[in-house]
Order: sequence, then C-alpha cells, then structure tokens
Amino acid sequence: MGHGSHHKRLRGQKPCKVERPSQGMKKDRRTSPKAQRTPPKKEKIALRKETGKQAGKPRSTSVASSVSTGESLSEEEMAQILEQVEEKKKLIATMRNKPWPMAKKLRELREAQAFVEKYEGALGKGKGKHLYAYRMLMAKKWIKFKRDFDNFKTQCIPWEMKIKDIESHFGSSVASYFIFLRWMYGVNLVLFALIFGLVIIPEGYIKYSALFYGYYNNQRTIGWLRYRLPMAYFMVGVSVFGYSLMIVIRSMASNTQGSTGEGESDNFTFSFKMFTSWDYLIGNSETADNKYVSITTSFKESIVDEQESNKEENIHLTRFLRVLANFLILCCLCGSGYLIYFVVKRSQEFSKMQNVSWYERNEVEIVMSLLGMFCPPLFETIAALENYHPRTGLKWQLGRIFALFLGNLYTFLLALMDDVHLKLSNEEKIKNITHWTLFNYYNSSGGNESVPRPPPHPADVPRGSCWETAVGIEFMRLTVSDMLVTYLTILVGDFLRACFVRFMNHCWCWDLEAGFPSYAEFDISGNVLGLIFNQGMIWMGSFYAPGLVGINVLRLLTSMYFQCWAVMSSNVPHERVFKASRSNNFYMGLLLLVLFLSLLPVAYTVMSLPPSFDCGPFSGKNRMYDVLHETIENDFPKFLGKIFAFLANPGLIIPAILLMFLAIYYLNSVSKSLSRANAQLRKKIQAHGAKSTHPAVWVMDLTKMYSFVDTVQKKLDSVPHPITNL
Amino acid sequence: MGNKQTVFTHEQLEEYQDNPFRQRIAQVFSQDGDGHMTLENFLDMFSVMSEMAPRDLKAYYAFKIYDFNNDDYICAWDLEQTVTRLTRGELSAEEVTLVCEKVLDEADSDHDGRLSLEDFQNMILRAPDFLSTFHIRI
Repeated sequence: MGHGSHHKRLRGQKPCKVERPSQGMKKDRRTSPKAQRTPPKKEKIALRKETGKQAGKPRSTSVASSVSTGESLSEEEMAQILEQVEEKKKLIATMRNKPWPMAKKLRELREAQAFVEKYEGALGKGKGKHLYAYRMLMAKKWIKFKRDFDNFKTQCIPWEMKIKDIESHFGSSVASYFIFLRWMYGVNLVLFALIFGLVIIPEGYIKYSALFYGYYNNQRTIGWLRYRLPMAYFMVGVSVFGYSLMIVIRSMASNTQGSTGEGESDNFTFSFKMFTSWDYLIGNSETADNKYVSITTSFKESIVDEQESNKEENIHLTRFLRVLANFLILCCLCGSGYLIYFVVKRSQEFSKMQNVSWYERNEVEIVMSLLGMFCPPLFETIAALENYHPRTGLKWQLGRIFALFLGNLYTFLLALMDDVHLKLSNEEKIKNITHWTLFNYYNSSGGNESVPRPPPHPADVPRGSCWETAVGIEFMRLTVSDMLVTYLTILVGDFLRACFVRFMNHCWCWDLEAGFPSYAEFDISGNVLGLIFNQGMIWMGSFYAPGLVGINVLRLLTSMYFQCWAVMSSNVPHERVFKASRSNNFYMGLLLLVLFLSLLPVAYTVMSLPPSFDCGPFSGKNRMYDVLHETIENDFPKFLGKIFAFLANPGLIIPAILLMFLAIYYLNSVSKSLSRANAQLRKKIQAHGAKSTHPAVWVMDLTKMYSFVDTVQKKLDSVPHPITNL
Repeated sequence: MGNKQTVFTHEQLEEYQDNPFRQRIAQVFSQDGDGHMTLENFLDMFSVMSEMAPRDLKAYYAFKIYDFNNDDYICAWDLEQTVTRLTRGELSAEEVTLVCEKVLDEADSDHDGRLSLEDFQNMILRAPDFLSTFHIRI
C-alpha cells in the first residue's frame, strides 16, 4: 500500500511514525481507493508545498478507529479533526522556514502528509488536490520562464560586458559616463528611426542629398498614397522634441523613485558591502577575478567617503580660497566669451571678402573647439584650490564647463541669426527677379496657346539662397569638427601620452610615470558635457538637416568602441576612487536644461521667420506653421476644423493651464505627506530594533512591521509623480 | 557526480567554485562540521541556497557561514577574515581595521563588540540584494 511504496522509494530512511495506527491503514484500502493512486504523485510533490487536505490527530487512535470503521462522527470530533487539520496544514506550509536538517524535515513532512491523506475520504474534502498540484507546477514553470526571459533581456543589452569590465577597474563614476553614452545612443537611434521612416524614405532617392532641408519638395501630397510630406516634416520635427522631453523626464522620475527607499540603507553601507557583495552564482574564474577587483574598488570608494566626512577643516582659509578660485574662473569665462564674439565679428567681414583661405573660413569652429579643449583642464587646476570632496568637485567642474559651452553655443547662434536675416533681406530682391523671369518665359512663347510650355530648366531661373539649408550646413560642420577634435584629443592626449611615458621612461632623467606627465586619468566631466552639448546641437540642427541624427548615431557608435578601447589601454584609475552619485539625475537635469535651450531657437525661427520662397517643404507659405491650418481645413471633415478652432480659444486654454497647476500642487503635497509617514515608520522600526527579545518572536514582529512599511511604500509608488504623472 | 558515492568530500567541492567562502559553506552544511557532506547535507545546502528559500532561513545560515570560529557570534576577527577573503588581501591593514570598525558601528545594536544573530538578521533583512546574491542555481 501507500506506505510500503514510501519505503521502497527512499532507501535507508527510518520507518515512518505513521506505521502505528496500522489497523486504520489496512482498512483504508476499502474507504479510499484514490489513496492507492496518489502516493506516487505524492512523492513527486513531497518536497513542494502540500495541498490543503483534511487530516486527523496521529496519536488519538480512538478517533482513527471510529473513522476507519465508517461510523458517523459526532460534532465535537469533527471540530477536533478540523483543528488538527489546520495545525498540520500550517506545519506543512511553514516547513521550508524551519532551520532543521533535511532528514528531520522529510520525516515530519511525510508524517503530516500521510495524516492528511488518511482522513481525506472521511471528511469528504480534498477534491482540489490534482488541480492544486497542477497550479503549483504551472507556477513553477512561470517563474522559470520569467527568469529565462529576464536573462535574455539582459543579454540583449549591448556592451554590458565592456561596461562591467570598466566598472570593475575604474569604479562606478567612470562607468556612469559609458552608461550615459549607451542611453544617448538608444535615444538617438529612436529619433533617427522616426525621421528616417517618416520623412526621408517617402521623399525618394533622387537628387543630391536627403541630408538637408532644401532637398524636400513643397508638393502637398506625394505619390499614390497622397502622403502629406510638408505636414509630416513639421510633425516629425515637433515629435523629435516631444519624444526627447518625455524620455528625459521619465528617466529622471524613475531615478528618483529608485532612491526613496535608499535613505535608510545609508546606515549599513559597510555591512552590506561585506555580507552581500559576493555573488554566489559566479562559477567562472575570470568573472570571479573581475568581481574581486570590483569589490576591492567598492570598498576603497567607501573608505574615501568615510575619510572625507571625518576630515577637519580650517573654515576661513577654505572659504577664502574658494572665493578666489571662483573669481579666477569667472575671469576665464568672460575672456572666452569675448574671444568668440571677436572671432565671429571677424568671420562676418571675411564672408564679404573674396579669396578667403581655409583657415579664415573655418576660424570660428576652430576657435570654439580649441577653447573647449583647453579651458576644462585649466578650470580643474584652479579648482585644486577649493579642496572639495571629489564628487562635489566633479559637480562644480561640470557646472563651469557647462557655462563655458553655453556661452560658446549661444554666441555661435547669434552669428548664425545675423547671417539668416541677411539672406532673408536678399530674398525679396531675388523673388522679384525670379517672378519676372518666369512670367516672361511663359508669355513670350511664339504660337501655340493650346499646349503649355514645359517649365524652364532650373539652372536658368535665379534661385533664392536657401537660408534653412545654410543653417543645416553650419550645424553639420560644427558637429563634424567637434567629433574630429574629440577623437584627436583622445589620441594625442591619452594614447600618445601613454606610449611616450611607457617607452621613454627608461631613458629619461626623471620618473615619467610618477611625476609629470604620467598616465592620464579619465576626464569624466569633460566627456559628459561634450556628450550633452553634442546632443543639444543635434536637437537644434535636426529640423533643418534631418540627416544630422543619422550622422550622430554613427558618431555615438564609433565613440563607444573608441573610448572603451582608449580607457582600458591608456588611462589609470583616479587616485581617489569615488562612487558616482546615487541617482543619475544630475546628468539628466543638465540634459533637460540643454533640451529646453535648444528648443528655443528652433521654436523662434518656426514662429517668426518666413520660410524661403522656393526651397523646402514650406516654400511659398507665410509661416511654417501654416501647414497645420491648411491640413485641418482641407483634409479633415468640417466639424473637426470647428472643434480645433474652439479648442484654440484662449478662454479655454488658460483655465486648462490653471487646472494643471492645481493638479501638480495637489499631487506634490500628497507625495510629501506619504514620504513623511514613511520616514516616521522607519524611525520606529529602528527604535524597535534596538530592543532584544526572543529571536523568533522578534523576527516575526519585524516581519509584520516590514510588511506594513511595504504597504505604505506601495501606496507611495502608486501616487503618480507630480510632474510626469507616471 | 556520476558515481554512487555517498559522501561528498570537500576537495571535490573546491574544484567547482571560486567562492571565497567555499570552505565555510562545506563546514556549515556538513554532518560533523569537517567538510564532508552526505546526500542529505547536500540537499540541505541547495535547498537553503535556492531561490525559493525564505529570507529568514537564508539569514540564519548566512550567519553561520560568516561565523568562522563557530562561537555563535561574529566577532572582529571573523569580520577581518571575511574582508580579507573578499578582497584577496588587496586592502592594507588600516583599511581592513577601518572597515571592521565601521561594520561593528553600523550593525552592533547591543554594543557588545560583536554581532549576535539578532544584530545580523536585523541588518541583513534590510539589504536589497541579499536574496539575489546568496543564491545558487542548479
């Protein structure tokens, strides 16, 4: 019977206690034939959670015998059995949590299970057994599937091994730059797909270059699908900014959400590093080596943090030095601003002259790149006076370089605006000439009025200077020169320097590796800002040169491989390895700012400058956004036009904006109050933790508290973020 | 393992892992504390280290693993051992001492200079990646 087969399966095990009510067992053959089938199945799920079955008390043979003889049970006996059933069920359910050795667990489990099985027929329940077993099997399969899918998703992330390598050798702050680069690459890829799919492909493959604005036709609809290209061009331009905005804010929001629960783990940094940093899943010796290196680096980072917070300072001297450093840097910034202004004015004079040399034509870009190359190290040398914690120092450095790049960029833009206005004023003249030429051409035909003349060859008609294309070309040149300068800097400043130090060291008077110039450290702030400003230029230029985003994708791809190689081959870790700030929000905040700043010029030109009269998808219109009016009037049914006109009424828009402000305020205050409640609960838990009661009880109480905190946390997470509503 | 042996020696276990705590694991789960495991001890070990095991159970066994001298307390010497193994001796002596002091500072709530089971559990149950790192998959 059942128990005989139990013994056959587990050799060498002690006989079960359930042997005792043997009389009941034999009688069982009559009462529950199902029990014969279930033992094999039971063996399979013996080590898993048990189903809820009814069972009786093992030691009370009176109850056992009364059941086995088939007598009906009285009320109290039923209640007794039910109670014992609950006990057994609880034991089976919590069997996993008990820190018993395996032999004891198996014994107790088998006892409880046999019990449950024995009284199953008597109490008439337990039909859900198969279904439950099936559900457990499915649950296990589902867990395995989810795990495999997560593994697959992780494998799909590009460059993960490269970045982990860099992280274990150089620390998390250097790795954060590469993670940011990879994220940017993803964003640019999406933007490129958007532009490529909706604008470049529909236009076709003819003519010179789909890269620039002037290439696009102003036909209202093209092809047999009547694809509205001008409308598509406009909407794609708008959605590029919309998508970038959405993804940056979403990234910022998810960073903040991750860190709400981390305030308290600040308390246990070293303990967590010591007890939970080793990953027991590692089975490969190379991975293990990397892990050892990264654990060591991480310990060193925390030690630096600890030492920084313990340092004592002479307040007055430090303050004076910091004020001095800021003053010097301000002077540098003003100097560079003036230099760019001067160079731009000169280039305007050059453009009027003939026979300009290559240098004079590209002077502005060269000067901007040189400034971008030499000022940051200068700032860093001056900042050595300030004596900040490396992480704070990095933030200051980022801020200063940001100011530098911003000044450069806006000066460049002002110069460009001047150029555009010049072109626009010339357009009037050319427009008239073209108009008259065409008029004469069509009217001077000799004879047949019935057949209209073919349009004249484009080269015969004077064309206006297409200012949008000129702007696109400028941005393209700036991007390309920026990229070349960056790569050159890395090659010369890092790689050649490393070669020089390595090979000339043995024939040089002083120790090159220890003194000047030694190996370079990876310049995090310069690189991050370079990336952010590059993206800003792409955003500004993408409306006028749709192909710019494609070029940027290529640029980011090559950057990734090139810089990974350069870092591993020619750089050394910072002397004081420090941990990156917990959230990436500082970089994201800068990116958001740059996004807004790059949106401004584009919005200004779209709203206030008239498009060229004969080139591009908006030619002939008064303003670029007129294409929206046109589409709504001509393509949508009449009532939609009325609806849009109604919605655009300021009387409706202003209350809507006010409502949004109110919603932001409300969500913000709800979020704050839940945060406060959370913090209080955590304090309570810590205070509770100081008390020392019996471990089991204590752990149970703690578990209850944690589940309560979790509920509050879930509530907090379910409140939408005040700004993003995500 | 292939052949029908009933006792799994700790030399065989060493070949399989680069884990710095492999000897401790073998000692904790073995029958008589000398590192030789029977089938049941083996099952025990994998059951504790699997992803279905509850947190409290893992915390209990983690405590036993990190308690090198088996005195039911994690004292400063145990901590030093742990750090040295984790970093393979790369940290200097002062750094090791600093780390051990900080850990005792953070986790020792009854201030007796060593971590008892309650202190350890109190601390480890709050760790975000304890479950994912203290885990072996078969």
